Parts: sequence; C-alpha cells; structure tokens
Amino acid sequence: MKAPVSWIREYVDLPADLTTEDLAARLTALGLKLEAIEKPGDQIRGPLVVGRVLTMEPEPQKNGKTINWCSVDVGDANRTGEPQGIVCGAHNFAPGDLVVVILPGGVLPGDFEISERKTYGHLSAGMICSAAELGLGEDHDGIIVLPADAGEPGEDARDVLGLREEVIEFEINPDRAYALSLRGIAREAALGFDAAYRDPADRKVPAANNDGYPVVVDDPAGCPVFVAREVSGFDPAAPTPEWMVQRLAQCGQRSISLAVDVTNYVMLELGRPIHGYDADKLIGPVRVRRATEGERLTTLDGVDRALSPEDLVVTDDSGIIGLGGVMGGETTEMSETTTRVLVEAAHWDAVSMFRTGKRHRLTSEAGKRNERGVDPLITAAAADRVVELLVEHGGGTAEPGVTVVGEAAPRAAISMPAELPAKVTGMGISHDVTVRHLEAVGCEVDASSDPLAVVPPTWRPDLTDPYDLVEEVARVVGYDQVPSVLPREAAGRGLTRSQRLRRRIGHALAGAGCVEVVSFPFVGDAAFDRLGLPADDPRRHTVRLANPLSSEEPSYTTTLLPGLLEATARNLGRGASGVALFETGTVAFPVDRGPTPIYGVDWRPTEDELAKMLDTIPDQPLHLAVVLAGERERSGWWGEGRQAGWADAVALVRRLAGELSVPLEVRATAYAPWHPGRCARLLVGGAVLGHAGELHPQVCRSVGVPVRTAAVEIDLDVLMASAPEVVGGPEISTFPVAKEDVALVVADTVTAAEVEEALRQGAGDLLESVRLFDVYTGAQVGEGRRSLAFALRFRAPDRTLTDAETAAARDAAVARAAERCGAVQR
Amino acid sequence: MSGPNTDFDPVEVTAVQPEEVEAARDAALAAIAAAGDLEALKQVRIDHTGDRSPLALANREIGALPPQGRKEAGQRIGQARGAVSQALAARQAVLEAEAEERMLVEETVDVTLPTDRLPAGARHPITTGSELIADIFVAMGWEVAEGPVIEAEWLNFDALNLGPDHPARTMQDTFWTEPEDHGLVLRTHTSPVQARTMLSRTPPIYVVCPGRVFRTDEYDATHSPVFHQVEGLAVDEGITLAHLKGTLDHFATQMFGEGITTRFRPSYFPFTEPSAEVDLVCFVCRGAGTLDGAACRTCKGEGWIEWGGCGIVNPRVLAACGVDAERYTGFAFGMGIDRTLMFRHGLEDLRELFEGDVRFTTAFGSELG
Repeated sequence: MKAPVSWIREYVDLPADLTTEDLAARLTALGLKLEAIEKPGDQIRGPLVVGRVLTMEPEPQKNGKTINWCSVDVGDANRTGEPQGIVCGAHNFAPGDLVVVILPGGVLPGDFEISERKTYGHLSAGMICSAAELGLGEDHDGIIVLPADAGEPGEDARDVLGLREEVIEFEINPDRAYALSLRGIAREAALGFDAAYRDPADRKVPAANNDGYPVVVDDPAGCPVFVAREVSGFDPAAPTPEWMVQRLAQCGQRSISLAVDVTNYVMLELGRPIHGYDADKLIGPVRVRRATEGERLTTLDGVDRALSPEDLVVTDDSGIIGLGGVMGGETTEMSETTTRVLVEAAHWDAVSMFRTGKRHRLTSEAGKRNERGVDPLITAAAADRVVELLVEHGGGTAEPGVTVVGEAAPRAAISMPAELPAKVTGMGISHDVTVRHLEAVGCEVDASSDPLAVVPPTWRPDLTDPYDLVEEVARVVGYDQVPSVLPREAAGRGLTRSQRLRRRIGHALAGAGCVEVVSFPFVGDAAFDRLGLPADDPRRHTVRLANPLSSEEPSYTTTLLPGLLEATARNLGRGASGVALFETGTVAFPVDRGPTPIYGVDWRPTEDELAKMLDTIPDQPLHLAVVLAGERERSGWWGEGRQAGWADAVALVRRLAGELSVPLEVRATAYAPWHPGRCARLLVGGAVLGHAGELHPQVCRSVGVPVRTAAVEIDLDVLMASAPEVVGGPEISTFPVAKEDVALVVADTVTAAEVEEALRQGAGDLLESVRLFDVYTGAQVGEGRRSLAFALRFRAPDRTLTDAETAAARDAAVARAAERCGAVQR
Repeated sequence: MSGPNTDFDPVEVTAVQPEEVEAARDAALAAIAAAGDLEALKQVRIDHTGDRSPLALANREIGALPPQGRKEAGQRIGQARGAVSQALAARQAVLEAEAEERMLVEETVDVTLPTDRLPAGARHPITTGSELIADIFVAMGWEVAEGPVIEAEWLNFDALNLGPDHPARTMQDTFWTEPEDHGLVLRTHTSPVQARTMLSRTPPIYVVCPGRVFRTDEYDATHSPVFHQVEGLAVDEGITLAHLKGTLDHFATQMFGEGITTRFRPSYFPFTEPSAEVDLVCFVCRGAGTLDGAACRTCKGEGWIEWGGCGIVNPRVLAACGVDAERYTGFAFGMGIDRTLMFRHGLEDLRELFEGDVRFTTAFGSELG
C-alpha cells in the first residue's frame, strides 16, 4: 500500500518538522512495515518550469524523423522573458499547450545535465519533458501536456507535478486490512504521535429512503449491507482533476476515467471498494444471491467464467451482472457514454470473497480488501463520498433516492482479564495503560469490572480473541520495551540416540574423504530408467506430487542415487579427477491408506484419531547414499593413484557398521543399478540394510559418470536400530597367541564370507580372529576353483594353548569348511 | 713372550715383560684412536682384543707363570686390557654418533611435498549449521525434535490455526501429493513438528526443530522450493514475550558473537498472537549501517537484518494440540537456516548450497562445528 505523506497529513495533525523517514519508522514499529520511501522529485535539480508552447514548426529530417522546432514561453524563468527555442521530438501537443520545461543548468534523474546544444540545425535551449524523463513512469508516448489551468509560464513545475510529494510504501499484514486505506494509515499515525485525527468517513449522509434504486438481497449472510446511490446527468467526458490523477499515480494506479478514478480514489481513501454501474444498462431491480450450478459470467477482464453455487453474484432482470465484491460484468460496465451512474457500496462476507477470488484466480484491489475485511459501518459514507466527487467533477446531480438494505451486525464484546497483557508480554503493563491503549486503537472498554469487556472497532474484524487485544496493547507500549529474560532452565535430555549416531556417521564419512551433498528430492521416470530399474521395482512406486515444479520430476524420490550421481557428474564436469560424495535424506514410499482425516481444532484429537491420521502418512525412511567416482586415492610424487571400485563402497559400509558396533553380513547379489557381478547386499540381523558395489557400466554411461563408479545406498534407520545401546567390554587375554594359516580350495561360486563363517563356527571359542589374506586362482587349483588363504589366531583366556589344542581347533575349523563349503585344504 | 706352554714346564716359562704389555696396550690405543669408522674399529677390536691379540696371548700365559709372578703380571695385563676395552667403547660411541648424524642428513626429505593422497571429506554447511544451532539450544536444556517431511494437512495447517481458507493452503504455495484430496503435503514449515511435540508430550516443552521444508517457489539466487528452517517452541507455566526475547538474544549472541542482539517488530502469523518479526543487529557492520564509509552490503545500510518470525503461541494452537491454555503459555520462533548461512558467510547465491560442488562444501571446514 502506497501512501502519499500529504494525504496522511490531511487527516492527522502531525508535527510540521516530522520527516518522512521518522514517520515511516514509527509506523513500522506499530506494525505497518516500511517497504520503500519514494521521493520522485529528489533527483531533479535546477529550473523545472511550466512553459506555454507559442509556435512549433515540424521539420522532416534525413533520418526519417520529424522534429518540432518550438518557441516556448517560460516567463522570466530564463531571466530574459524572451521565448525559449527548443527542439522536441514528440508530437502529442499543439501551440497553446502548457508543458514542462527543464532549462539549461537543470539536472534530470540519472544525472542527466541539460545545457544549450546545437542539434538538427538549431540551438536548443532546454528540453520539453516526458513523464519517463522526470522519473514519473514508463510512459514514452510523448511529453507531458498539463491541464490548461495548471499554472502560469515560468512557475516551478514541481508543485504542479506533485514532485515535492513523498510517498511511503507499506507492507500490510493480512490482519491489518484497515491499513489498506489512507483512513487507516492516518489513524495509525495519530496513534503513533498521539496527534489529533479526523476520520474521513465521519460525514453526514442522507438518510435511507424508499426512492432509491430497487435492491433485493437474497443472501444477507453473504452481503449484510448494500447501499445504492445514483448520479444522473453525469458528463462522461469530464476529465479527472489533476490532483486526483497524481494521487492515484502516487498510489500506483493509472487514471482511466473520472467515474472509475473516483471509485478507486474513495477505495484508497476509506478502504471500502465501490462498484459503479451504468444505470441505463440496468434492467429492473438489482439482486444479490448465490450463483447456481451452470451459470456463467463474463467479467470486466473479458474472461468467461463458470460460476460455483458458493459465488455471490449481483443480477438484474437480464441475468448476472457481476461477481459480488470481486469484479463486475461487461454488460453493465461504465463507459464513455455513461451519464447515469449507480454507485454500489456493499459489505461482503470475507470468507466468500476469499473463496471466490481463489476459485476464479482473480486478484483485484477490491477483492484484496473485501476478503480481508472492511469496516461495515462506512458503506453509506463511502457511497456518499463517491456521489460527492462525481457531482463535483462530473457535473451531475445526486438523485435523492438512497437505498440501504441490511445493517452492520453489532460487534460482541471480548472478555479479557486486565492483567493478561502484562502476563503474556512480561512487561509491567498496568490496568490503566491497558484500558488507555485499547481505547487508543478504537476499542470501547468497559473497565468497571475485571475481566474487561472490550468491543473492538468496526474496522478491526481481526480482533476476535483476548490475545489479539494483548498484541494491540503491546504494540502501543512498544515491542522495543520487551525485556530480555531467559526462561527457567529445562531438564533437557540432550540429543537423541539417533541424532548422535547420525552425527557420527557424517563424521566417519567425512573422515573417509567423502563430501556431503544436499540435493532436491524430486525425481521422474527418466531417472529410474537411467538407473535401469526393472518395471516392477518398488522404487518406481512413488509418492507423486499434484503440482510438481517440473513435469519431468513429479515424484518424491525413493532413492538418493539420482541426485548424488547428478552432483558427481557436475563435479567431474567441473574438472575434479575423483569425487566421493554422500547424502543423507529421507526417501518416501506410498502407503495408500486413503485420505488423511481432517479434524477440528477446538480440542485435541483422540489417540485413536491421531493414530488413524499418522497411519495415512507415507513411509519415510532415512537413507544414506555414497558415490565414489574416478580417483579414490590421488596420483602424486608417491606414485600412481588408485581408482575407486566396488571394494571402496563395501569398505565404507563396513566402517559405518563398525562405528555403530553393528555386525554386518555381506552377501553377493544382483540388484539394479549395480553391476550384477559386483554388488553386495548388506544385512544386519537378517534385515536388508542396503547395497554397495560397482555400478552397472550401462548406468554409468546413462548418467554420465565413469565406468567403475561405485555406490552405496543403505537405510540408516535399519542401521541405527541395530546399534547396541550398550556394548559389553571385551575380555582381553594376555596369554600367547597361536597362529595357524590354512589355504582352502573352494568352487568359485562359494563366497569368502561363507567360508569364513564356516571356519568361525568350526573353530569354536578358542578362535580369536580370522582374516583372509590371499586369494589364488590358477592351474594349481583347477578351473572354476580358487584358493582362499586365511590366518587364524587362537588364544585362551586362562592358559597358554598346547600345540595339540591349537591343531584340534584348526582341524575342526577346516572340517566345518569342508562340510559346508566343499573346501579342500591345500 | 713364548709359545703355548703345553707341558707346564715351569723352567721353560719366562716372566711376561712389563715393557711388552705396555707396548701392546699403546699399540691398541693408537689403533683405536686411528679407527675412522665403525668398520675400521671392528677390525681394531679383532686385532687388539681378539683371541690372537698380544694382550690375549699374554693373559693366557699368566697361568704358566710361577705363583710369585702371577699376581703382578695379572694386574698389569688386566689394567692394559681394561684401558683398551674402555677406549674401544668410547670410540664406538663417538663413531656411532657420527654415523647417525650422517644418516640423519642423508635421510632429509622435503616435508613441504603434498600429502593429499586421500582427498579431504567434509560435511555440508547446512548440516553443520543446523547442528551448531541445535547445540546452542541443547546447552540451554532444550531438545531437538524431528518429524516427517511429507505431512498430514491437519498437522501442517489446521492445528496451527491456518484454517481451511488460509491463502497458504493453495496449490500456488504448497506442494500437495496425489491424489490432491488425500490431504498430504510436503511440509511448508517445520511447525508440524511443534504440533507433534505438543500432541505427544506434556509441558514443560522446550524444543528446536531444524529441518527441510518446501514451498512452490521458483528456484533463483534467493529462493528455493526446498530450503531449511529451524523453529523453536517453549511451553511452560508463565512463559512471556520477554522469555522469547531473552532466548532469541542468547541465540543471536551464540551464533554471531557478543553484542549481536535482536529487535521485535509487530507482525502477523496465524499460529502466534502477539506476533513479531525478528531483526538481528547486522553482524558485519555491527548495527552501524555503514562499513568503511559505504553502506553495509549485508544489511543494505539498515544496520539490521530480517531474521525470522516469532510470537506467543496462539491459544487456539495450544487447544488443538491438547495443551491447557489456562495453565500454560508458549512462545515459538522460526528462521531460515539457508538464509542465515547466506548472510553469516556472505553467500551471493542460494543455489550454491544445493549444487554439491565439493570446492564449495570443503571450504567451510569445521568452522560451523
């Protein structure tokens, strides 16, 4: 909302020396936030004067343009009194017109200095200005032609153009709709400076009678008050007075015609949207009702709209003529032939206004005010003000008929304990201060008892609860007066286990050389195709968005790999030789358990109701993904680097499992998007944790990362749930260790993990550790077989093992491997 | 000196001559002093203390001497051998020290050579920044609460006093999942976590809720459809606006340093009443608005930075979440983590946070924790 300072000052006696900055700062402290201060004349210096064009001679030029060589009377402003010779490229004026002239020595916005200069064969002494050149708008159609009575040649044009005006633009919060008017802003200014206030809506209006235009309201809930007034004999060609054009422009509105400008002006002045009809186009009584299914209306913006039974419409005998409170229809629109104007000032139900605006995607200045709530008491005053201005400037006659249907409902009192503001704000606000400040914002307060009975003013539909009144008192006292006090300390339980574990996982990965990425969780089928996921892969069953940002990525992702691979390719594209990235984030899987229930808000839903609601929410496990591409270890003076591979991916998961003391089981599997022969399925306690290994070469090519890129994706919720809360301390034996190496030949379909597990089981309690240290394939072990060499370490907690004991344990281990895995000792 | 006394014939044996012992000792000492390295010293040791050395032979002959001559000869030879042995040890120590000295010189390397065989990893500033914030509150006895990002409409809107007609509930602002009438949204703020906390616990409640949120904004230098917020909620007996101010001042000081506090401006949020915008003293110009004679770029000359919103929890929200609004009051606040990082670190473009460029992320090191 833009507010010219002079307009604010019309209604409130502010100190004469108050700067615009200080006014804006005070209003911001009261809740009308300063957005910008405009000082249109600020960048213009030197002589800017009114001039009268005496002669103009069109002179065609070689470049195809025609310029006008003008002689302009600028009075004594040029100190000679002689007419000024000026070249002008515009053509929208004629001799006798008053124009705006900047004389040599002046400066226009953009530090554009004006001097006498030779151009098109003349000495041009100044410039005839357009609105754009003065920084007053984008209008490049020509120069400014002032009204004939604007002033005398030689007078300073700043006053004529309103260039001394300063305009404050406020950001108005939705609860302060009253401040979408000069009436409301001035009231706040009066409050802020404890200054006298004159309410522009406080005017004598003619009493309602039965002679006015007939109006029927079928839906008084939707339209509680409807005032209709009529002006006849109106001159549709009458110009809008310059001061009104300027004020509208300062408020960001273009002048259209006197009738339209007057309704807009009164809306800005009082906050009450007004609609004007061409009364000669109306047939029969005006009626307000809800639309019925199937009805249509072409609104003023030329859009043909299908109406809903919730829409409030205005009709006459011809049918629907307007969308009540939101936008009028084309058939009864005011035009350049309108001589009889029916002025509608109606109070509309705010919720209906909001819904209609939303349904039809219609935003208008009127709609914005009507849907936030307008003072219902000023309908008659607003209509009367419009009639006054139309008559004054359009030369018509105010018809004596005054139609008023309905009346504003009285407001109920809010009961508020007098100490509530002090209790809620922590400021020492006394009973008296509370009452005084509530009255200052316009409330009627019955302070004879506690709780106070507070009737909010009619322009404040937002004040409904005691806490709303607390805010009013607090902002008048001043938010800067709120003391800074820490609440009493709570006995907090610190971070949760999951929060601590996630930090450890992040630190472990960063310690292992991985860089964390945060990417968007949106994905589309193309990404799944690139990963080579089978058609029936559960990861393709996504939570889809009704209104995705991009139709290419309409789903919440089920895997973190697409985003991570994209970031990998981006880093490689930017010159990285090796990339190790990780991301932790939630993925989502639909549960398809029907719509989520919506409960009331007056009391807490029951446990059953809550459970039912939570049950409809998709599963959102926390995933971790890692991508390792290119060099895992760099080349350098130490020698060749090492490319990342499947083992690096599996090693990272083993490391994380170790961090969390979770025993990890690794099994070979084939699972997209991994290489079918280089993919590990990772399990904890029988549950699938995720997968790690090298990506399928086809996937690497599709997503643009090097072949052999390795990746991990695991479910962190599963991992964290498996982490023991308390790890039992190990028993460390100090007796000597007995070492035994065994080489076992197995079929190459048998995994090392299987052999190791068999050895562990067979070796029994004396086994301290087993570690595979060599893998051999070749002629010595035969086709389709390989030799796995394990180092076994035996130790007893209470004695030195004898050779016989060690040998027996070793033999038992080998025997179990032979039995379970077909292993043959070499 | 004579040959081996095989038959122990005392007549054949002559006394060990003192001059010979001294000469042998002196020869040994001279050879030790002349040994230039450990190898030479080793040879000297063999020549002068080995089994065939003159002193060893002389020593062997002592037993063959007549008893009256043994004592004196034994003493003389023992002293000579002792002197040689001492000299050898001393020379050995000197030569070893010299050898090690040489070795240390020879082993010198260029310690400025690069050592980045395994590239450095890093956690993301959004993660570390969120943890820094969480830790500030945990130190005050607060807890960190979390919830799902795909959320029930009732928790994201209704429970927070954003009624069915609130503008934020339109498709223009909020991501809805299909089918639209199933009432599931990508949470537009972390406030549903506050609602969940109040629904599942009884006061006193002191929680911060950092997390990822979504709005249907276009993606540009200052807007993102995916961003991060931290919200705080305190519900207890006697909570006031002053406690909110105290908490945010403490938060600001911990996050930005001594002297960086907050101010409140009246504002409007459905879930709080009274409501306020929180501004932060610009931590670059420290509130001056100017820096080196020019307007401060971080705060655009204002001296203050818009940081977030806050207020007293609307009693309607308490009622919907089952908190006794007669007994308890609460305060809540919220601010953008990404935006906070932007002005704390002078970032020009929000999108840098989401590109995953390792050069960006590793630059933050552990400054944020």
